[in-house]
Amino acid sequence: MEMFDNLLLGFSVAFTPIHILYALIGVMLGTLIGVLPGVGPVATIAMLLPITFNLSPVAALIMLAGIYYGAQYGGSTSAILVNLPGESASVVTCLDGYQMARRGRAGPALAIAAIGSFFAGCVATLVIATAAPPLAEVALKFGPSEYFSLMVFGLIAATVLASGSLIKAIAMVVLGLLLGIMGTDVNSGVLRFTFSIPELSDGISFAVVAMGMFGTAEIIANLEQKENREVFTGKVKNLFPTKDDFKRAWKPILRGTALGSFLGILPGGGALLSSFGAYTMEKKLSKHPEQFGKGAIEGVAGPESANNAGAQTSFIPMLTLGIPGNPVMALMIGALMIQGIAPGPQVMNEKPELFWGLIASMWLGNAMLVLLNLPLIGMWIKLLTVPYRYLYPSILVFMAIGVFSLSNNPFDLLIMAIFGIFGYFCVKLECEPAPLILGFILGPLMEENLRRAMLLSRGDPFVFFTKPISLGFMVASAILLVIVALPAIRKKREEAFVEEPK
Amino acid sequence: MRIKSPRDFWAGLMFIGFGLFACIWAVTNYQMGSAVRMGPAYFPAVLGGLLALLGLIVLIESLAITGPPVAKINLRPLLLISAGCVVYGYLMKPLGLVLATAALVFIAAWGGHEFKWKEVAILSVMLIVFSVLVFVKGLTLPFPICPAFIDNCPIR
Repeated sequence: MEMFDNLLLGFSVAFTPIHILYALIGVMLGTLIGVLPGVGPVATIAMLLPITFNLSPVAALIMLAGIYYGAQYGGSTSAILVNLPGESASVVTCLDGYQMARRGRAGPALAIAAIGSFFAGCVATLVIATAAPPLAEVALKFGPSEYFSLMVFGLIAATVLASGSLIKAIAMVVLGLLLGIMGTDVNSGVLRFTFSIPELSDGISFAVVAMGMFGTAEIIANLEQKENREVFTGKVKNLFPTKDDFKRAWKPILRGTALGSFLGILPGGGALLSSFGAYTMEKKLSKHPEQFGKGAIEGVAGPESANNAGAQTSFIPMLTLGIPGNPVMALMIGALMIQGIAPGPQVMNEKPELFWGLIASMWLGNAMLVLLNLPLIGMWIKLLTVPYRYLYPSILVFMAIGVFSLSNNPFDLLIMAIFGIFGYFCVKLECEPAPLILGFILGPLMEENLRRAMLLSRGDPFVFFTKPISLGFMVASAILLVIVALPAIRKKREEAFVEEPK
Repeated sequence: MRIKSPRDFWAGLMFIGFGLFACIWAVTNYQMGSAVRMGPAYFPAVLGGLLALLGLIVLIESLAITGPPVAKINLRPLLLISAGCVVYGYLMKPLGLVLATAALVFIAAWGGHEFKWKEVAILSVMLIVFSVLVFVKGLTLPFPICPAFIDNCPIR
């Protein structure tokens, strides 16, 4: 079996002491920052990105993946304990997790979340190992027109599956594409939109944009609300779920894993859609839907498994096609590029140790989450009792250090501040920042592929509709747009993202 | 004409503004080229036009469909948090990590709800010690610790 040989190679890379150490540090740091209220995985990864610059590509990616899972799990912890979702994917965990905590069952809620996530992580690792190689094989045959159409499809799918207004989301993508092509044009060497500022000649760093839009903007928005947090300290005693809990939770874990693994592969899917979908599904399937929102363990187990599975399978399009499905993957691509690796189908053949090492480290990271976090829950709770007025200056200091270390240039901090202000206004105007980040990272790639495709077709724009694969992506994008524009579905879509805010 | 959805109205205006600017700036400053050999202006001009068009749709919708008002803009945290980050960056080289961190913490804390001198002072000392130990000593980031004008600083 080739897959097992590959996985074996991966595990031999991941299970070297140094890589285990990096995975451990990543998971620790990720959880530590992810637990902080209002800091999601994107901000966490952007913040910690600079510390991976000096590592080898394999170690850097292993550590970043660890940070990602850690941040995700940290977000669930703060959702269950303080009803404050660190990121949108854990919003649904708040619903029942927080209610369980209020009934003194925070321990079982946290444990079932960890166990469900671990199980989902194991399955998703296998899914990636089986699905990635054939996909990469197909992707190797892609020419510029296929790539361009694929990116169009990815961006459309990401906006359709995101919450909020569709047109505004598409507009944010386009704005992101525009911001992404700032700097030197690779074909002509012309400086575009640099306004004679030398620092802009290389374009804006995506990490700076991400930190501004997801970091500072979030802090500014959080400071508007008065602090009213209720932390359950000292009540987390019985960590282990009862037999009855397991009996109720195992099916939701299985279903959540299946749903999450599937949705994660779709562009824009990832963790958010998976957890919302799983919650709705569990509620529909349950014999006691009235218990949901009042501390039903199924409402924690399903979404938590789903979001972890989704978080992991969202690596598939990134690894095989070089196309990010969500902002986290956009950051991962950025990290790869900094390491001098162009993400895409060739990575698997050219750098098998990187590819399979990363996949094996996913399993490793998930195992560590369980082993590490259950005993350390007490520490995370302590951290949650720290008032926000101490937390946010600390978060700012870490972000500032991270941004400054990118190129030792104060200009980057100015850009971060500008994007923070812009991000804040976007929050006020209900424009989602995630599509902008996706567009930002895809901007140069899209332009390059468009140029090449047009050159090859001698300026015939129909090239995107005559090649079968390309046509398929274009038709799929059109279908998606039409479906969402239909009034009935539009209403359903809006409902799906408003899961009982009571 | 009445604005029925202020949020969408302003969002639409913003998109139109960015779109038109990008389009006009690209067309006037860079070469357009042809569809076969696209010049540097081609892609941004098309995107700018598309963005302006999308903005226009959002704007028109905002005149027809009622939506929520724009939530209050809080200038104090907005300005102070942003200023803190910028100040940190520009103080780093002349004044070093210690003073830059202190400045960031104080300015940021000033933008919050309550500001107690003693608390903020303790917090900044803790963060300075942490930054020096973990980032400069541990991760060996090349940040100056002390102000540039002090020649013989005890810690380097």
